[in-house]
Amino acid sequence: MNRAGAIAIGIAAVVAIAAPFFLKPFGIFLISMWAVLTIAAIGLNLTLGYAGQISMAQGAFVGIGAYTLALLTQAGVPYPLAFVAAGLLCFAIGWLLGYPALRVQHHYLAFVTLAFTTLVFLFLRNEEWLTNGIYGVNGIMRPTFFGWSTGKAIDFYFFCVGSLTVLSLATWWMLRSPWGRAFVALRENPIRALSLGLDTRRYTLMAFAIGSSLGGLSGALFASLVQFIEPASFGLQRSFDLLLMVIVGGSGYFMGPFVGALISVLLPEWMRITEGYYLIVYAALIMAMMAFCPYGVLGMVERALKAAAVRRDPPTPALQSEAAGS
Amino acid sequence: MASLIQLLVSGLATGAIYALIAVGFTLLWQTSQTINFAQGEFVMLPAFFILAAMNWGAPFWLACLIGIALSIAFVGLVFKLIVVDPMLKHGVLPLVISTIALSLFLKEAVKDAYSSQAQPFPALVPSTDIHIFGAVISTQSVAVLAVAIATVVALNLLLNKTRLGRCMQATAQNPTLARILGIPVQRMVLYTFLINAVLVAIASILISPIYLAKFTNGETLGMAAFVAAIIGGFNQVRGAILGGIILGILDNLSAAYLSSQYRGAFPLIILIAVILLRPQGLLGRIEERTV
Repeated sequence: MNRAGAIAIGIAAVVAIAAPFFLKPFGIFLISMWAVLTIAAIGLNLTLGYAGQISMAQGAFVGIGAYTLALLTQAGVPYPLAFVAAGLLCFAIGWLLGYPALRVQHHYLAFVTLAFTTLVFLFLRNEEWLTNGIYGVNGIMRPTFFGWSTGKAIDFYFFCVGSLTVLSLATWWMLRSPWGRAFVALRENPIRALSLGLDTRRYTLMAFAIGSSLGGLSGALFASLVQFIEPASFGLQRSFDLLLMVIVGGSGYFMGPFVGALISVLLPEWMRITEGYYLIVYAALIMAMMAFCPYGVLGMVERALKAAAVRRDPPTPALQSEAAGS
Repeated sequence: MASLIQLLVSGLATGAIYALIAVGFTLLWQTSQTINFAQGEFVMLPAFFILAAMNWGAPFWLACLIGIALSIAFVGLVFKLIVVDPMLKHGVLPLVISTIALSLFLKEAVKDAYSSQAQPFPALVPSTDIHIFGAVISTQSVAVLAVAIATVVALNLLLNKTRLGRCMQATAQNPTLARILGIPVQRMVLYTFLINAVLVAIASILISPIYLAKFTNGETLGMAAFVAAIIGGFNQVRGAILGGIILGILDNLSAAYLSSQYRGAFPLIILIAVILLRPQGLLGRIEERTV
C-alpha cells in the first residue's frame, strides 16, 4: 500500500462516516445499499478476479442469504445466529455447486451457475409454504446490539458499513495469507500454479465457496435493509448487475468492487435526466468500456498513473539517475 | 396416447426452433470462441424488424425478407465488426460481459423504440387442425417443422457439400492450418456470423406467432439455446440439433405430466446432469486442454 492509496482510503472513510448526516433518508438508503452490494461484489471478485471463473450465481446467493435471515429471524432465531447461518449455508451450497462445475474447465461454471440462479428463482417463487411465493416476506427485523437499536436508517447504515469494514478486512487478511497468495497465483498463471504443486481445483473451489458466503452475508443485510424481499429481486438480473459491478470497478483489484458498486448504485440516480434511457446508456457504456479498457475503472486509473509517472520521470539508465539525484 | 402424440409433435416443433438457435450459437463458438449471451435477444429482434416493416405497409412475405436482411446487417455484420472484433484480443471474458450488456441494450432499445407490450405476430399458415389417429395437430406445428427441417438441410448442404462450407469447417477446426492452406479465415468467420443472423431471423419468424413478439422473449430463448448446445455438444452442429429437439420435447412433456410450475427447471436439471456426467455433450468431442 503506497501513501496515495492510504490517503485515499482515509478520505473515503471520513466521507463514509460523515455522509449520512448530510443526506436525506433516500440518500442514506442508497449508501446503505452500496455497502450491502459491495460485500456481494467483493465475494464475486474472489471468484472472478482471483480464481478467474465467471459466476452468474452471486444474485442467487444474495437471495438465499436474504431468505435465510428473514425466515430464521421470523422463526425466533436470534439475529446474529441467523446472520451467520446465511453465510454458512451459502458456503455449503457454493461448495456443492462448484464441486461438479469445476471438475471441467472452461466456461462451465458460467453455465452451471446460470442454471442454478434460475432454479433458485423458481424454488423461491413456487415453494409458497416456505417462502410465501411471489408475495414475498414482509417486516424483516433489524438487529439490536447491547441496547443499540439499528431500527433507524442512519443506525442501520452504520451497521452495514461496519459489516463491510469487518468483512473486507477479513478478505484483505485472507488475500495476504498463503491461501490468498494461492488465489493470486491462480489468476496470474494457473498452469504454473499447478506445476508448483498447488491443487488449483481445490483453491478455485475454495475461492468460489468463500465468495458465495460473502454473497449470503450481503443478502442477510439486504433483507434487513429493504425489509421486504420477493423472488424477483434475486433473478438473473441481480447476478448480471453484480457481475457488471465487479467488471466496471476492475476485477482482480481489491478496491474494484467498492468503486463498481458505487457506480452501479449512483449512476441510475444521476441519470434520471435520461429518463427511460438509463439502461440503454449504461449498457452502451459497458460495451465501450469492454472494447477499450476491459480492466475497469481502477485499471484505467492505474494505467493513467503509470503513464503520468513515466512522463514525469522518464526511465533513464540507473547510473545517470543516481548522478542526477546527488 | 392421442395427447402424447400431440405433445410430441408440438414439442418437436418447438425443439426444431430451439435447434436453429442453438446451431447458430455453436457456429459462433466454433469459429470465434464467442459465447453469445445475446443470442436470445438476436431471436427477439428480427420479429420487431418485421413488425415495423409491416407497419410501413409491406406485405408479410416482403416484411420477412426485409427482416432477414436487416438481421444480416445488424445481428451479423454490425455485431461482428463493432462488438466482437475489438474484443477478441482481450480474450473470452470481456466479450462475455459485452454480450450480456448487448442483450440488455437490445431489450431496452426494443422496449423504448417499439413497445413494452406483447405484439401479435402473423403466422406462416392459417391455423387449422389436422386429425391423425385421433390426435389433433395444428398446421402451424407442421409448418414450423417443415421450415426448420428445410433450413437445417440447407445449412448441412452448405457446410458439407460446397467448397465454401468446407472452408468454414476447416476454419472452425484449426484456424492456423486453414490460414496456411490459403483460406481467408477472417472472411469465413464473418460468414458464420451472417449464417447465424439468418438462422435467428428464421427462428424469430417461426416462434413469434407462438410466443407473441415481446422484448423479454430473448431471456427464455437464449437459455434454451445454451442448454440445447451443451446437452448436444458444444462443438458439433448435429449435437446442437439433437439438443434442441430433446429440449423441446422434454419441455412439453414435463409441463404436461410432471409439474407446470417447474417447467423451466427440468432443462436446467438435465443441463447440470450432462455437465456432471458427460461434459463434452451427447455428441461432442472432448477438446484438448489448451496450455
